[in-house]
Amino acid sequence: MSIDHLSPQVRNADETNDRRPGTPRRGSGFLDEPFQLGLTPSATVGPYLSIGLTWADGPHAVAEGTEGAIWLRGRVFDGNGDLVPDAMIETWQADPDGRFDHPDAPQGERRFPGFRGFGRSHTVEPAGEYGILTLKPGRVDDGKGGLQAPHVDVSVFARGLLDRVVTRIYFGDEAAANAEDDVLASLPDDASRRTLIAQPTEDGYSLDIHLQGDDETVFFAV
Amino acid sequence: MTGTTSRAPRPAADSALELPRYLREQEDRRTPVAYAGYRSTALRAPLRTPVDLPQRLTEVTGPVLGEDRVTAADADLTLRMGGEALGQRINVFGRVLDSDGRPVPDALVEVWQANAAGRYRHVGDNWPAPLDPHFDGLGRVMTDSLGRYEFTTIQPGAYPWGNHHNAWRPAHIHFSLFGRAFTQRLVTQMYFPGDPLFWQDPIFNAIPPSARHRAIATFDLDRTQDNWALAYQWDIVLRGSDQTPFETDDDGDVA
Repeated sequence: MSIDHLSPQVRNADETNDRRPGTPRRGSGFLDEPFQLGLTPSATVGPYLSIGLTWADGPHAVAEGTEGAIWLRGRVFDGNGDLVPDAMIETWQADPDGRFDHPDAPQGERRFPGFRGFGRSHTVEPAGEYGILTLKPGRVDDGKGGLQAPHVDVSVFARGLLDRVVTRIYFGDEAAANAEDDVLASLPDDASRRTLIAQPTEDGYSLDIHLQGDDETVFFAV
Repeated sequence: MTGTTSRAPRPAADSALELPRYLREQEDRRTPVAYAGYRSTALRAPLRTPVDLPQRLTEVTGPVLGEDRVTAADADLTLRMGGEALGQRINVFGRVLDSDGRPVPDALVEVWQANAAGRYRHVGDNWPAPLDPHFDGLGRVMTDSLGRYEFTTIQPGAYPWGNHHNAWRPAHIHFSLFGRAFTQRLVTQMYFPGDPLFWQDPIFNAIPPSARHRAIATFDLDRTQDNWALAYQWDIVLRGSDQTPFETDDDGDVA
Protein backbone atom coordinates (compact mmCIF):
# COMPACT_ATOMS: atom_id res chain seq x y z
CA MET A 1 0.00 0.00 0.00
CA SER A 2 1.44 3.37 -0.91
CA ILE A 3 0.59 6.54 0.94
CA ASP A 4 0.55 9.78 -0.96
CA HIS A 5 2.45 11.86 1.57
CA LEU A 6 1.94 15.62 1.38
CA SER A 7 5.63 16.37 1.44
CA PRO A 8 7.56 15.92 -1.79
CA GLN A 9 10.69 15.36 0.29
CA VAL A 10 9.11 12.41 2.03
CA ARG A 11 7.38 11.21 -1.11
CA ASN A 12 10.64 11.17 -3.03
CA ALA A 13 12.76 9.78 -0.23
CA ASP A 14 14.56 6.52 -0.89
CA GLU A 15 17.59 4.72 0.47
CA THR A 16 19.95 7.01 -1.46
CA ASN A 17 18.81 10.22 0.14
CA ASP A 18 16.78 9.59 3.25
CA ARG A 19 19.80 9.64 5.58
CA ARG A 20 21.00 13.05 4.43
CA PRO A 21 20.98 15.47 7.38
CA GLY A 22 17.85 17.56 7.39
CA THR A 23 15.94 15.20 5.17
CA PRO A 24 13.09 13.59 7.04
CA ARG A 25 12.69 9.86 6.81
CA ARG A 26 9.40 8.35 5.90
CA GLY A 27 7.14 8.44 8.91
CA SER A 28 9.63 10.33 11.08
CA GLY A 29 7.00 12.90 11.96
CA PHE A 30 9.32 15.81 11.30
CA LEU A 31 7.73 18.91 9.86
CA ASP A 32 9.93 19.56 6.86
CA GLU A 33 7.93 22.43 5.43
CA PRO A 34 6.60 25.63 6.98
CA PHE A 35 3.82 25.00 9.49
CA GLN A 36 0.56 25.48 7.70
CA LEU A 37 -3.03 24.61 8.51
CA GLY A 38 -5.23 23.42 5.68
CA LEU A 39 -7.73 26.02 4.55
CA THR A 40 -11.42 25.51 5.09
CA PRO A 41 -12.90 24.75 1.67
CA SER A 42 -15.51 27.14 0.27
CA ALA A 43 -19.08 26.16 -0.59
CA THR A 44 -21.89 27.79 -2.51
CA VAL A 45 -23.89 30.49 -0.79
CA GLY A 46 -26.99 28.63 -2.01
CA PRO A 47 -30.42 30.02 -2.88
CA TYR A 48 -31.32 31.22 0.62
CA LEU A 49 -28.43 33.61 1.20
CA SER A 50 -30.78 36.49 1.93
CA ILE A 51 -31.67 34.87 5.28
CA GLY A 52 -28.15 35.25 6.62
CA LEU A 53 -26.56 37.96 4.55
CA THR A 54 -29.04 40.81 4.51
CA TRP A 55 -28.05 44.08 6.11
CA ALA A 56 -30.50 46.96 6.14
CA ASP A 57 -27.62 49.27 5.23
CA GLY A 58 -25.87 46.71 2.98
CA PRO A 59 -25.95 48.68 -0.26
CA HIS A 60 -24.82 51.87 1.46
CA ALA A 61 -21.06 52.15 1.56
CA VAL A 62 -21.91 55.75 2.42
CA ALA A 63 -25.10 57.16 3.90
CA GLU A 64 -27.75 58.43 1.55
CA GLY A 65 -27.35 62.15 0.98
CA THR A 66 -23.56 62.10 1.29
CA GLU A 67 -22.01 64.70 -0.96
CA GLY A 68 -20.54 63.18 -4.08
CA ALA A 69 -22.24 59.79 -3.58
CA ILE A 70 -22.71 57.68 -6.70
CA TRP A 71 -24.70 54.56 -7.45
CA LEU A 72 -22.82 51.65 -8.96
CA ARG A 73 -25.48 49.64 -10.72
CA GLY A 74 -25.66 46.73 -13.07
CA ARG A 75 -27.22 43.41 -13.92
CA VAL A 76 -25.89 39.88 -13.50
CA PHE A 77 -26.38 37.42 -16.37
CA ASP A 78 -25.88 33.67 -16.69
CA GLY A 79 -24.69 31.70 -19.70
CA ASN A 80 -28.14 31.77 -21.31
CA GLY A 81 -28.24 35.54 -21.08
CA ASP A 82 -30.87 35.25 -18.34
CA LEU A 83 -30.79 37.51 -15.30
CA VAL A 84 -29.50 35.93 -12.09
CA PRO A 85 -32.08 36.87 -9.45
CA ASP A 86 -30.42 35.25 -6.43
CA ALA A 87 -26.85 36.51 -6.45
CA MET A 88 -25.04 38.79 -4.03
CA ILE A 89 -22.47 41.41 -4.97
CA GLU A 90 -19.95 42.72 -2.46
CA THR A 91 -17.69 45.68 -3.15
CA TRP A 92 -14.51 46.88 -1.46
CA GLN A 93 -12.62 50.01 -2.42
CA ALA A 94 -10.49 52.97 -1.42
CA ASP A 95 -11.92 56.35 -0.47
CA PRO A 96 -11.71 59.28 -2.91
CA ASP A 97 -8.15 59.98 -1.71
CA GLY A 98 -7.14 56.39 -2.51
CA ARG A 99 -6.90 55.50 1.19
CA PHE A 100 -8.11 52.54 3.22
CA ASP A 101 -9.19 52.64 6.84
CA HIS A 102 -7.25 49.50 7.74
CA PRO A 103 -4.26 48.67 9.96
CA ASP A 104 -2.21 47.26 7.07
CA ALA A 105 -2.67 50.36 4.91
CA PRO A 106 -0.64 53.58 5.10
CA GLN A 107 -2.03 55.71 7.88
CA GLY A 108 -3.04 59.27 7.32
CA GLU A 109 -5.87 61.70 7.52
CA ARG A 110 -9.24 60.30 6.54
CA ARG A 111 -11.38 62.98 5.02
CA PHE A 112 -14.55 60.92 4.56
CA PRO A 113 -16.04 60.00 7.93
CA GLY A 114 -18.83 57.47 7.59
CA PHE A 115 -17.36 55.98 4.44
CA ARG A 116 -17.38 52.20 4.95
CA GLY A 117 -15.65 51.22 1.72
CA PHE A 118 -17.71 48.05 1.70
CA GLY A 119 -21.06 47.45 0.04
CA ARG A 120 -23.31 44.43 -0.22
CA SER A 121 -26.26 44.14 -2.61
CA HIS A 122 -28.53 41.25 -3.46
CA THR A 123 -29.87 40.91 -6.98
CA VAL A 124 -33.35 39.95 -5.81
CA GLU A 125 -35.31 43.15 -6.30
CA PRO A 126 -35.33 44.28 -9.07
CA ALA A 127 -34.52 40.76 -10.23
CA GLY A 128 -30.96 40.39 -11.47
CA GLU A 129 -29.88 43.94 -10.56
CA TYR A 130 -27.43 45.19 -8.00
CA GLY A 131 -26.88 48.70 -6.68
CA ILE A 132 -24.25 50.11 -4.30
CA LEU A 133 -24.24 53.69 -3.07
CA THR A 134 -20.65 54.79 -2.58
CA LEU A 135 -18.00 57.39 -3.29
CA LYS A 136 -15.83 57.17 -6.34
CA PRO A 137 -12.47 55.75 -5.27
CA GLY A 138 -9.23 57.59 -5.84
CA ARG A 139 -6.10 56.12 -7.37
CA VAL A 140 -4.27 53.56 -5.28
CA ASP A 141 -0.54 52.86 -5.02
CA ASP A 142 0.45 49.91 -7.19
CA GLY A 143 3.37 48.95 -4.93
CA LYS A 144 5.87 49.66 -7.71
CA GLY A 145 6.01 53.42 -7.48
CA GLY A 146 3.03 53.95 -9.76
CA LEU A 147 -0.68 54.36 -9.34
CA GLN A 148 -3.55 52.08 -10.25
CA ALA A 149 -6.61 53.51 -11.94
CA PRO A 150 -9.62 54.04 -9.65
CA HIS A 151 -11.19 50.64 -9.11
CA VAL A 152 -13.57 48.67 -6.93
CA ASP A 153 -12.91 45.03 -6.04
CA VAL A 154 -16.04 42.93 -6.48
CA SER A 155 -17.03 39.50 -5.17
CA VAL A 156 -19.95 37.67 -6.77
CA PHE A 157 -21.71 34.94 -4.78
CA ALA A 158 -24.62 32.82 -6.03
CA ARG A 159 -26.27 29.46 -6.11
CA GLY A 160 -24.33 27.58 -8.78
CA LEU A 161 -20.99 29.14 -7.80
CA LEU A 162 -19.08 26.88 -5.40
CA ASP A 163 -16.70 29.71 -4.57
CA ARG A 164 -17.03 33.45 -4.94
CA VAL A 165 -15.76 34.88 -8.21
CA VAL A 166 -13.80 38.12 -8.13
CA THR A 167 -13.78 40.95 -10.61
CA ARG A 168 -13.15 44.71 -10.64
CA ILE A 169 -15.09 47.78 -11.63
CA TYR A 170 -13.15 50.55 -13.39
CA PHE A 171 -14.59 53.85 -14.55
CA GLY A 172 -15.27 54.87 -18.16
CA ASP A 173 -14.47 58.53 -17.60
CA GLU A 174 -10.95 57.75 -16.35
CA ALA A 175 -9.42 57.00 -19.75
CA ALA A 176 -5.99 58.41 -18.91
CA ALA A 177 -5.71 56.54 -15.61
CA ASN A 178 -7.11 53.37 -17.15
CA ALA A 179 -4.47 53.53 -19.89
CA GLU A 180 -1.74 53.51 -17.21
CA ASP A 181 -3.24 50.71 -15.13
CA ASP A 182 -1.10 47.60 -15.29
CA VAL A 183 -3.92 45.22 -14.34
CA LEU A 184 -5.96 46.44 -17.30
CA ALA A 185 -2.82 46.33 -19.44
CA SER A 186 -2.30 42.68 -18.48
CA LEU A 187 -5.59 41.69 -20.14
CA PRO A 188 -5.41 40.24 -23.64
CA ASP A 189 -7.52 42.76 -25.55
CA ASP A 190 -9.88 45.73 -25.44
CA ALA A 191 -12.92 43.46 -25.42
CA SER A 192 -11.70 41.98 -22.13
CA ARG A 193 -10.97 45.42 -20.68
CA ARG A 194 -14.43 46.62 -21.65
CA THR A 195 -16.03 43.97 -19.42
CA LEU A 196 -14.58 45.81 -16.41
CA ILE A 197 -15.25 49.44 -17.31
CA ALA A 198 -18.43 50.99 -15.93
CA GLN A 199 -20.05 53.73 -17.96
CA PRO A 200 -21.38 56.99 -16.50
CA THR A 201 -25.13 57.20 -15.91
CA GLU A 202 -27.50 59.81 -14.47
CA ASP A 203 -26.75 58.91 -10.87
CA GLY A 204 -23.40 57.16 -11.08
CA TYR A 205 -22.03 54.31 -13.15
CA SER A 206 -23.32 51.10 -14.65
CA LEU A 207 -21.62 47.79 -15.38
CA ASP A 208 -23.24 44.44 -16.16
CA ILE A 209 -21.60 41.23 -15.02
CA HIS A 210 -21.71 38.25 -17.37
CA LEU A 211 -20.85 35.00 -15.63
CA GLN A 212 -20.54 33.28 -19.00
CA GLY A 213 -21.12 33.96 -22.70
CA ASP A 214 -19.42 35.92 -25.46
CA ASP A 215 -19.17 38.91 -23.15
CA GLU A 216 -17.98 36.89 -20.16
CA THR A 217 -16.62 39.29 -17.57
CA VAL A 218 -12.94 39.04 -16.75
CA PHE A 219 -12.63 37.30 -13.39
CA PHE A 220 -9.50 37.33 -11.27
CA ALA A 221 -7.61 34.86 -9.12
CA VAL A 222 -6.44 36.75 -6.02
CA MET B 1 1.45 43.55 12.98
CA THR B 2 1.28 41.11 10.12
CA GLY B 3 3.20 38.43 11.96
CA THR B 4 6.61 37.02 11.54
CA THR B 5 7.31 35.55 8.15
CA SER B 6 10.35 35.21 6.00
CA ARG B 7 9.28 37.96 3.66
CA ALA B 8 12.08 40.22 2.60
CA PRO B 9 11.48 43.94 2.96
CA ARG B 10 10.30 45.57 -0.20
CA PRO B 11 12.86 47.70 -2.01
CA ALA B 12 11.00 50.83 -1.07
CA ALA B 13 10.06 53.00 -3.99
CA ASP B 14 8.23 55.89 -2.42
CA SER B 15 7.31 54.24 0.84
CA ALA B 16 8.68 51.45 2.98
CA LEU B 17 5.24 49.91 3.40
CA GLU B 18 5.37 46.17 3.59
CA LEU B 19 2.12 44.53 2.60
CA PRO B 20 1.10 41.08 3.78
CA ARG B 21 0.85 38.46 1.10
CA TYR B 22 -1.85 35.82 1.40
CA LEU B 23 -1.43 32.18 0.61
CA ARG B 24 -3.43 30.71 -2.23
CA GLU B 25 -4.63 27.17 -1.55
CA GLN B 26 -3.36 24.50 -3.92
CA GLU B 27 -5.76 23.77 -6.75
CA ASP B 28 -6.24 20.16 -5.67
CA ARG B 29 -7.41 21.10 -2.17
CA ARG B 30 -9.70 23.97 -3.08
CA THR B 31 -13.35 23.70 -4.01
CA PRO B 32 -13.60 24.38 -7.75
CA VAL B 33 -16.08 27.07 -8.83
CA ALA B 34 -17.82 24.53 -11.11
CA TYR B 35 -18.64 20.87 -10.52
CA ALA B 36 -20.39 18.74 -13.13
CA GLY B 37 -22.62 16.95 -10.61
CA TYR B 38 -23.99 20.26 -9.30
CA ARG B 39 -26.18 21.24 -12.20
CA SER B 40 -26.63 24.91 -11.39
CA THR B 41 -22.94 25.53 -12.00
CA ALA B 42 -23.36 24.75 -15.72
CA LEU B 43 -24.69 28.18 -16.70
CA ARG B 44 -23.20 30.18 -13.86
CA ALA B 45 -19.61 29.23 -13.20
CA PRO B 46 -17.33 31.29 -15.46
CA LEU B 47 -15.75 29.23 -18.22
CA ARG B 48 -12.60 31.24 -18.87
CA THR B 49 -9.46 30.92 -16.81
CA PRO B 50 -9.29 33.65 -14.18
CA VAL B 51 -6.56 36.24 -14.61
CA ASP B 52 -3.98 36.52 -11.82
CA LEU B 53 -4.52 39.68 -9.81
CA PRO B 54 -1.53 40.92 -7.83
CA GLN B 55 -2.26 41.38 -4.13
CA ARG B 56 -2.04 45.09 -3.51
CA LEU B 57 -3.63 47.50 -1.09
CA THR B 58 -7.20 46.85 -2.19
CA GLU B 59 -6.75 43.09 -1.90
CA VAL B 60 -4.88 42.96 1.44
CA THR B 61 -7.27 45.30 3.23
CA GLY B 62 -10.93 44.77 4.01
CA PRO B 63 -13.84 46.21 5.92
CA VAL B 64 -13.34 46.70 9.65
CA LEU B 65 -16.76 45.66 10.94
CA GLY B 66 -17.62 46.55 14.49
CA GLU B 67 -19.65 45.10 17.30
CA ASP B 68 -22.55 47.21 16.09
CA ARG B 69 -23.19 44.51 13.47
CA VAL B 70 -24.30 42.04 16.14
CA THR B 71 -26.44 41.94 19.27
CA ALA B 72 -26.18 39.42 22.11
CA ALA B 73 -29.45 37.82 20.97
CA ASP B 74 -27.95 37.07 17.54
CA ALA B 75 -25.86 34.26 19.07
CA ASP B 76 -28.92 32.26 20.15
CA LEU B 77 -31.05 31.02 17.26
CA THR B 78 -33.29 28.98 19.55
CA LEU B 79 -35.11 31.96 21.03
CA ARG B 80 -36.91 33.93 18.41
CA MET B 81 -40.22 35.67 18.02
CA GLY B 82 -41.22 35.17 21.61
CA GLY B 83 -40.63 31.46 21.97
CA GLU B 84 -38.36 28.46 21.70
CA ALA B 85 -37.47 26.73 18.44
CA LEU B 86 -38.27 23.04 18.09
CA GLY B 87 -35.47 20.56 17.61
CA GLN B 88 -32.27 19.27 19.14
CA ARG B 89 -30.48 22.15 20.83
CA ILE B 90 -26.77 22.35 19.93
CA ASN B 91 -23.88 24.66 20.71
CA VAL B 92 -21.60 25.24 17.75
CA PHE B 93 -18.22 26.66 18.64
CA GLY B 94 -14.68 26.86 17.37
CA ARG B 95 -11.87 29.15 16.43
CA VAL B 96 -11.24 31.17 13.33
CA LEU B 97 -7.55 30.85 12.49
CA ASP B 98 -5.37 31.70 9.56
CA SER B 99 -3.24 29.07 7.91
CA ASP B 100 -0.25 30.15 10.03
CA GLY B 101 -2.27 29.09 13.07
CA ARG B 102 -2.86 32.64 14.25
CA PRO B 103 -6.31 33.50 15.61
CA VAL B 104 -8.43 35.89 13.59
CA PRO B 105 -9.95 38.22 16.23
CA ASP B 106 -12.93 40.55 15.84
CA ALA B 107 -14.13 38.80 12.69
CA LEU B 108 -17.79 38.83 11.76
CA VAL B 109 -19.29 35.35 11.44
CA GLU B 110 -22.75 35.17 9.84
CA VAL B 111 -24.66 31.87 9.83
CA TRP B 112 -27.96 30.72 8.40
CA GLN B 113 -29.68 27.37 8.24
CA ALA B 114 -32.85 25.33 7.78
CA ASN B 115 -35.05 24.49 10.76
CA ALA B 116 -35.28 21.08 12.43
CA ALA B 117 -37.60 19.87 9.68
CA GLY B 118 -35.20 20.97 6.94
CA ARG B 119 -37.19 24.01 5.88
CA TYR B 120 -35.78 27.50 5.33
CA ARG B 121 -37.76 30.58 6.21
CA HIS B 122 -37.54 31.91 2.67
CA VAL B 123 -40.09 32.58 -0.08
CA GLY B 124 -38.15 30.28 -2.39
CA ASP B 125 -38.43 27.25 -0.11
CA ASN B 126 -41.86 25.66 -0.25
CA TRP B 127 -41.31 21.93 0.07
CA PRO B 128 -43.90 20.33 2.37
CA ALA B 129 -42.09 20.52 5.69
CA PRO B 130 -43.39 22.76 8.47
CA LEU B 131 -42.07 26.19 9.32
CA ASP B 132 -41.27 26.80 12.96
CA PRO B 133 -42.82 30.03 14.26
CA HIS B 134 -39.88 30.42 16.64
CA PHE B 135 -37.03 29.82 14.25
CA ASP B 136 -35.78 32.26 11.61
CA GLY B 137 -32.45 30.52 10.97
CA LEU B 138 -30.18 33.58 11.24
CA GLY B 139 -27.24 34.06 13.58
CA ARG B 140 -24.36 36.52 13.87
CA VAL B 141 -21.36 36.55 16.15
CA MET B 142 -17.97 38.23 16.35
CA THR B 143 -14.84 36.25 17.17
CA ASP B 144 -13.18 37.24 20.44
CA SER B 145 -9.54 38.25 20.91
CA LEU B 146 -8.48 34.60 20.56
CA GLY B 147 -10.52 34.04 17.42
CA ARG B 148 -13.18 32.04 19.25
CA TYR B 149 -16.84 32.02 18.29
CA GLU B 150 -19.87 30.26 19.73
CA PHE B 151 -23.58 30.17 19.07
CA THR B 152 -26.60 28.12 20.10
CA THR B 153 -29.00 26.74 17.55
CA ILE B 154 -30.96 23.62 16.74
CA GLN B 155 -29.73 20.72 14.65
CA PRO B 156 -30.84 21.54 11.10
CA GLY B 157 -32.74 18.90 9.14
CA ALA B 158 -31.84 17.48 5.75
CA TYR B 159 -33.98 18.58 2.83
CA PRO B 160 -34.69 17.54 -0.76
CA TRP B 161 -33.69 19.64 -3.75
CA GLY B 162 -34.06 19.39 -7.50
CA ASN B 163 -30.50 18.63 -8.55
CA HIS B 164 -31.26 15.01 -9.45
CA HIS B 165 -33.91 12.41 -8.64
CA ASN B 166 -34.37 12.04 -4.88
CA ALA B 167 -31.50 14.41 -4.11
CA TRP B 168 -31.11 15.42 -0.45
CA ARG B 169 -28.78 17.97 1.07
CA PRO B 170 -26.97 16.64 4.14
CA ALA B 171 -27.70 18.73 7.23
CA HIS B 172 -25.51 21.82 7.17
CA ILE B 173 -25.09 25.34 8.50
CA HIS B 174 -24.05 28.11 6.11
CA PHE B 175 -21.15 30.26 7.31
CA SER B 176 -19.92 33.60 6.00
CA LEU B 177 -16.66 35.05 7.29
CA PHE B 178 -14.70 38.24 6.95
CA GLY B 179 -11.07 38.03 7.90
CA ARG B 180 -8.99 41.17 7.87
CA ALA B 181 -8.47 41.23 4.10
CA PHE B 182 -10.46 40.96 0.90
CA THR B 183 -8.36 37.89 0.08
CA GLN B 184 -9.63 36.10 3.22
CA ARG B 185 -13.36 36.37 2.52
CA LEU B 186 -14.99 32.95 2.85
CA VAL B 187 -18.51 31.61 2.42
CA THR B 188 -18.89 27.94 3.21
CA GLN B 189 -21.02 25.23 4.84
CA MET B 190 -20.44 23.21 7.99
CA TYR B 191 -21.54 19.57 8.00
CA PHE B 192 -22.17 17.11 10.82
CA PRO B 193 -20.09 13.97 11.36
CA GLY B 194 -21.23 10.66 9.90
CA ASP B 195 -24.01 12.02 7.74
CA PRO B 196 -25.36 9.18 5.55
CA LEU B 197 -26.21 11.67 2.80
CA PHE B 198 -22.65 12.78 2.00
CA TRP B 199 -22.07 10.25 -0.78
CA GLN B 200 -24.93 11.52 -2.97
CA ASP B 201 -24.45 15.27 -2.42
CA PRO B 202 -22.60 17.06 -5.22
CA ILE B 203 -22.01 20.19 -3.15
CA PHE B 204 -20.16 18.19 -0.50
CA ASN B 205 -18.41 16.04 -3.08
CA ALA B 206 -17.24 19.07 -5.07
CA ILE B 207 -14.72 19.56 -2.24
CA PRO B 208 -11.54 17.64 -3.15
CA PRO B 209 -11.36 14.42 -1.10
CA SER B 210 -8.25 15.58 0.80
CA ALA B 211 -10.11 18.62 2.13
CA ARG B 212 -13.58 17.24 2.85
CA HIS B 213 -12.87 16.50 6.50
CA ARG B 214 -12.25 20.21 7.03
CA ALA B 215 -15.91 20.91 6.28
CA ILE B 216 -17.18 18.49 8.97
CA ALA B 217 -17.61 19.49 12.61
CA THR B 218 -16.65 17.14 15.45
CA PHE B 219 -18.92 16.17 18.31
CA ASP B 220 -17.52 17.37 21.64
CA LEU B 221 -18.90 15.71 24.76
CA ASP B 222 -16.91 18.05 27.01
CA ARG B 223 -18.77 21.04 25.71
CA THR B 224 -22.26 19.56 25.92
CA GLN B 225 -24.39 21.08 28.64
CA ASP B 226 -26.11 18.79 31.08
CA ASN B 227 -29.87 18.80 30.62
CA TRP B 228 -29.54 21.41 27.91
CA ALA B 229 -27.57 21.02 24.65
CA LEU B 230 -25.20 18.89 22.59
CA ALA B 231 -22.04 20.50 21.21
CA TYR B 232 -20.07 20.53 17.98
CA GLN B 233 -16.69 22.08 17.35
CA TRP B 234 -15.71 23.50 14.00
CA ASP B 235 -12.48 25.42 13.50
CA ILE B 236 -12.32 27.54 10.39
CA VAL B 237 -9.03 28.30 8.65
CA LEU B 238 -8.68 31.38 6.44
CA ARG B 239 -5.78 32.20 4.17
CA GLY B 240 -2.63 33.16 6.10
CA SER B 241 0.66 34.52 4.94
CA ASP B 242 2.25 33.12 1.84
CA GLN B 243 5.59 31.81 3.07
CA THR B 244 7.09 30.88 -0.25
CA PRO B 245 9.97 33.18 -1.21
CA PHE B 246 8.87 36.05 -3.38
CA GLU B 247 11.27 35.83 -6.27
CA THR B 248 10.85 39.28 -7.69
CA ASP B 249 11.28 40.98 -4.34
CA ASP B 250 14.02 39.21 -2.49
CA ASP B 251 17.70 39.33 -3.23
CA GLY B 252 18.61 36.04 -1.64
CA ASP B 253 19.29 37.11 1.92
CA VAL B 254 15.97 36.09 3.33
CA ALA B 255 16.30 35.42 7.04
